[in-house]
Amino acid sequence: MIIPHPLLGPRDSQEFTYLGDANLIDRPDWQAEDAVDRFHDYLYLRDNPAGEHKELWFHEQGDRSWLVVTRNTLTHEIISAELARDVARTRGRSK
Amino acid sequence: MHDLAALTPLGATAPKVDRIGAMTISEVTDRALASVSCRAGKSTPFQSAAKKLFGTGLPTPGHWADGATYGLIWTGPEQWFVEAPFGTHEDIARIVKEPLGDTASVTEQTDGWVRFDLAGKTAVDMLERLCPVPARRMKKGDATRSIIEHMGCFVICREPDHFSLIAPRSFAGSLRHALCAAARSVA
Repeated sequence: MIIPHPLLGPRDSQEFTYLGDANLIDRPDWQAEDAVDRFHDYLYLRDNPAGEHKELWFHEQGDRSWLVVTRNTLTHEIISAELARDVARTRGRSK
Repeated sequence: MHDLAALTPLGATAPKVDRIGAMTISEVTDRALASVSCRAGKSTPFQSAAKKLFGTGLPTPGHWADGATYGLIWTGPEQWFVEAPFGTHEDIARIVKEPLGDTASVTEQTDGWVRFDLAGKTAVDMLERLCPVPARRMKKGDATRSIIEHMGCFVICREPDHFSLIAPRSFAGSLRHALCAAARSVA
């Protein structure tokens, strides 16, 4: 499997480690009224789609950046890869 | 005053050189190394301070660049390795930190790494057996981090027949073994 790294171009997947669903970058606010419920959902509830799935990959044996990779779980086709920090910034975090 | 014997990463008093077929695999110990990271929000002053100090622009992702004294290797977003001659820059982190001031964070790296240089016309054939980077397409100026036999390793193309590999120092013996085995298989 080849992952198209946004900075470094196509890279072999053996340089990466996989974390899981990309929703993990949307950590709930711990000070919210319903923080306990939101953390329960954040920790335990996952979609398990047969098809396109956004997931977090870490370029451990490379430039150590986190990527949000969109992958088709049926065909293993990789549709896109973005730097996770860019994704977080578009949501107004990590200036 | 302590009087300790300096050892190379392979544990000898002088760097080792292996000649196998057309390849020369040499342990390189005369370069000092530090990592430089641009601090948040300091990108503009960092770039001008770095250009003045290093005598070259900062290399873009996947590349290295040489100034008169310093060499720079891109290692990650807003992060570079700086190389300089060990004889004059043994204390490289302090030497580099002063002119960069609060625009960057600098850490000493010299003794954390081992460097092997591969020189010879079969260097690319060797790397194709060892590493998932497309070595045959690499040009002078390309540098990237990848893996060689499960060891994280920087692959730096000095010339198409001359590559430098920089790996964690404790892998020196294992990496040399892997390199010599690959060199014999293409000799």
